[in-house]
Amino acid sequence: MSVDTDTVRHIAKLARIAVSDEEVAALAPELSNILGWVEQLAEVDVEGVEPMTAVVPNKLRLREDAVTDGGIRDQVLANAPLAEHGFFAVPKVIE
Amino acid sequence: MTALTDLGIAAIRDGVRAGDFSAREVAEAFIAAVEKGRALNAFLVETPDHALAAAEAADAARASGELKPLSGVPLGIKDLFATRGVRTSAASRILEGFTPTYESTVTARLFAAGAGMLGKLNLDEFAMGSSNETSAFGAVRSPWRRNDGDSAPLAPGGSSGGSAAAVSARLCPGATGTDTGGSIRQPAAFTGITGIKPTYGRCSRWGIVAFASSLDQAGPMARDVRDCAIMLEAMAGFDPGDSTSLDLPVPAWEAGLNSDLRGRRVGIPKEYRIDGVPGEIEAVWNRGIEWLKDAGAEIVEVSLPHTKYALPTYYIIAPAEASSNLARYDGARYGLRVAPDQGGLADMYEATRAAGFGAEVKRRIMIGTYVLSAGFYDAYFNRAQKVRALIARDFETAWQSCDMLLTPTAPSAAFALGEKGADPIAMYLNDVFAVPASLAGLPAMSVPGGLDRQGLPLGLQIVGKALDEQTVLNAGLAIEERAGFTARPEAWW
Amino acid sequence: MADYRIQGATGEWEVVIGLEVHAQIVSQAKLFSGAATAFGGEPNAQVSLVDAAMPGMLPVPNIECIRQAVRTGLALEARINRWSRFDRKNYFYADLPQGYQISQLYHPLVGEGAITVDLEDGSTKTIGIERIHVEQDAGKLMHDQHPDYSYVDLNRSGVALMEIVSRADMRSPEEAGAYVRKLRSILRYVGSCDGNMEQGSMRADVNVSVRRPGEPLGTRTETKNVNSVRFIMAVIEHEARRQIDLIEEGGVVVQETRLYDPDRGETRSLRTKEDAHDYRYFPDPDLLPLELGEDFVAQCRASLPELPDAKRARYEKELGLPAYNAAVLTAEVETARWFEELLVELGEAHAQRASNWVISDLFGALNRLGKGIEESPVSPRQGAGLLRLVADGTLSGTLAKQVFEIMLETGEDPERIVEQRGLRQTSDSGAIERAIADVLAANADKVAEYRGGKEKLFGFFVGQVMKAMAGKANPQVVNELLRKALG
Ligand SMILES: [Mg+2]
Ligand SMILES: [Zn+2]
Repeated sequence: MSVDTDTVRHIAKLARIAVSDEEVAALAPELSNILGWVEQLAEVDVEGVEPMTAVVPNKLRLREDAVTDGGIRDQVLANAPLAEHGFFAVPKVIE
Repeated sequence: MTALTDLGIAAIRDGVRAGDFSAREVAEAFIAAVEKGRALNAFLVETPDHALAAAEAADAARASGELKPLSGVPLGIKDLFATRGVRTSAASRILEGFTPTYESTVTARLFAAGAGMLGKLNLDEFAMGSSNETSAFGAVRSPWRRNDGDSAPLAPGGSSGGSAAAVSARLCPGATGTDTGGSIRQPAAFTGITGIKPTYGRCSRWGIVAFASSLDQAGPMARDVRDCAIMLEAMAGFDPGDSTSLDLPVPAWEAGLNSDLRGRRVGIPKEYRIDGVPGEIEAVWNRGIEWLKDAGAEIVEVSLPHTKYALPTYYIIAPAEASSNLARYDGARYGLRVAPDQGGLADMYEATRAAGFGAEVKRRIMIGTYVLSAGFYDAYFNRAQKVRALIARDFETAWQSCDMLLTPTAPSAAFALGEKGADPIAMYLNDVFAVPASLAGLPAMSVPGGLDRQGLPLGLQIVGKALDEQTVLNAGLAIEERAGFTARPEAWW
Repeated sequence: MADYRIQGATGEWEVVIGLEVHAQIVSQAKLFSGAATAFGGEPNAQVSLVDAAMPGMLPVPNIECIRQAVRTGLALEARINRWSRFDRKNYFYADLPQGYQISQLYHPLVGEGAITVDLEDGSTKTIGIERIHVEQDAGKLMHDQHPDYSYVDLNRSGVALMEIVSRADMRSPEEAGAYVRKLRSILRYVGSCDGNMEQGSMRADVNVSVRRPGEPLGTRTETKNVNSVRFIMAVIEHEARRQIDLIEEGGVVVQETRLYDPDRGETRSLRTKEDAHDYRYFPDPDLLPLELGEDFVAQCRASLPELPDAKRARYEKELGLPAYNAAVLTAEVETARWFEELLVELGEAHAQRASNWVISDLFGALNRLGKGIEESPVSPRQGAGLLRLVADGTLSGTLAKQVFEIMLETGEDPERIVEQRGLRQTSDSGAIERAIADVLAANADKVAEYRGGKEKLFGFFVGQVMKAMAGKANPQVVNELLRKALG
């Protein structure tokens, strides 16, 4: 798969990473290379194979419905770049 | 008398217990070594107070006869483990200023077992790398140097490069590592120490900064097999906070150590004999085979036909999971925030993540985003999960004719920092032998097998059946006993 | 029923509607963390480190949320998938701390089911349920607290939702309204969602497209988070009209997300620079597949209450209630509960009379007071007491209404009111005969008219006699004696 610069920009947008023109130019061949390399999986016969779901046989446990957490606003906000009145504050969202 | 910093975990534990020295003396010796070893750039944060407090508790415990399994043992902690009140960075700028209010399950267990913390160890950013060069805080320098007078700084391996360098340079007797695709084993091999990645689910992932959830596993890195067994016993155990944690008792691995391998069969996977691997790797592998034979094991050739697809599989699954796991670093709730003037929320996201992540992390996020994006999911991610199932099936088939596998840990000895900079895939190839066991969630260990011509350590890997860490440790011990690996880096730092 | 058609400039159009209803699951704690779900807490006080997506935090699912979703599925006669899985839906937004929502795309917990709704013209229609999946709610943003910042409250972040996805089976606003009402009713019967639309416990994404009758489906738009039945119906009407106008003017409907503005009664495009939704769903590697045992599902089934359709059929068949009464009394779980408590006191033999009283008298009073049945000042036991006093002749209809008013006001038991205020009706024929004699004497002219054939006047005499008896006379006795007296 050859990744063009538009694709790089699109992927960077999806990943929310600002990229400069130079970065885009550098990333396009890099990503192309890596994707070209992983594409060798296309030659594996996976007919009838179920994708792996659990690495080691194990069952999903369910916990009881009890309030055991929360009430720790100080901890929740402790590392916030900006917190006001008990809220996280982020640049204004325009909907 | 040997220096206290020359002692490993068992020796410290036993010495403190016997009253040969105090835990405080041990802590002070290692704290001094950490300070003296700053040129290695192994520690990102030093926490002497933590180590001293634990030592004092250990000495008090000895006085009252209440010693714990790791009383008196100061450890290094990979900076991927959240430590309450101690800066945790994952070696990334994006976690700038982040101090957890919580303690990872693994470190909490270690501390509850009496261990102290000497500091937080450097690593590849978000554990993405095999050389430690992707750390935002500079690469760790391996304590090892080539014996030909070349003083080029060498890579300690990665991602647990700080852990490996610190243990190898005697800055700590043991350290935690994490292994997603070889991040414990490859640096252990590069630095002449021992490290084990247990079965996926043995160690809780709770409080470990996530890289790739279906692969990440914590494990110990130490001087020898016994020390790893001791540490792993303290680290492992069921944690209801991690849905993938195994609800099984922790075996008494140390007590179960036994290097008599009579009746055990060791598989030699033929697909691991790959082109372009130096003859010295082949040679150490052959010596390993002889040692295990000598320990009583029967050697059988086995086939793991999908081996060559392990790395490409890994480089789809791990980046895919990472691209999602790292979405939370957005500048909103913790860590770095870069908010351009007049910018909105999306501008903050993009600027923060552009400034906060390094090149390799960005590359992997992009790959992961790409392989999950509309129209590609089946061709890449889903196909990779199918191949992954085939890789796991290969091991299952192999277990019909053997109890463990012996392979080289890495395809080369340590390389120089900067040597593999340009080509990401060349770097990825470092984990060619390590990744299959990661994909299958199997326990795997690296033990030193000897030195190459340049005087650099080479490691041997033992891979076991799921939950059979004991066999892996025992085979490691058998090799250790026969390899007589006593080499250590000369202190230049 | 008659097909709902919209008249455009170029002919008739059909509207095609599908609904994705997000219903908050009733549970103490969140779907993947132990933080509380209660409504209206202090900002960020009901947030765990998991909900805030701190590094290294991991989800552990809450059994009650799974149980409630399975019970809901069973109530909708849907297939329960004993093997399901959680997926991550990846996107960035300030209300989504993880950068992904844990949801279920590929293998939802509940598969196909159906809901049958009654329409105004008396017909019924079955609307298919495509799936129900379990997922996390997002946090809340406040945009009006600060000129430059939006504030983020994560209390709702991680609360469990069921997303109930219908098939595009609805063809009119009425059908959509009936579907949501019925769904809400069932959820409330089951107890899996409180159905409180104002608080956002239930909200719908409304998918609307238009087409010429009989032609293939048109392009749909999705109007997000509509939080009342009335608004849902308004969205459909408005959106269908907008699309028709657009097409008829030569435009093309674009598949997009829209937002409803209740103040203007309009929808508008939510994201102009839509960066093509690419959610990059994949199985959440922090969670294993969810495997449910047969016994778990059986226990869920056993825990289901009688549901509205079954209850309604039983009211008609076994209690002999008129269809209308049965429908009204079973529409809301609280009404049915109240009515059944009343019947326990009163006996099922009196079901019809009781149902009439509940629907006319009790509902009338509650309406007047602006109260729901769960806040009724009169308890089922007291209501039964009142009806018993009527049945045994202690109270006439008129007196019963009087006593009921006092009950509503004071909350007192009817027996006590009758006792203390002497409101018991009398069948004392002597007293009634005396009153009749007085009335007839005072209205000799009317008596003559009556006897001359103007029989309508009988009612007038009854009224006068009742008035003279201060309403306490047994009306049957009055009728009898009056007829006798008038010859
Ligand atoms: Mg929707
Ligand atoms: Zn949803």
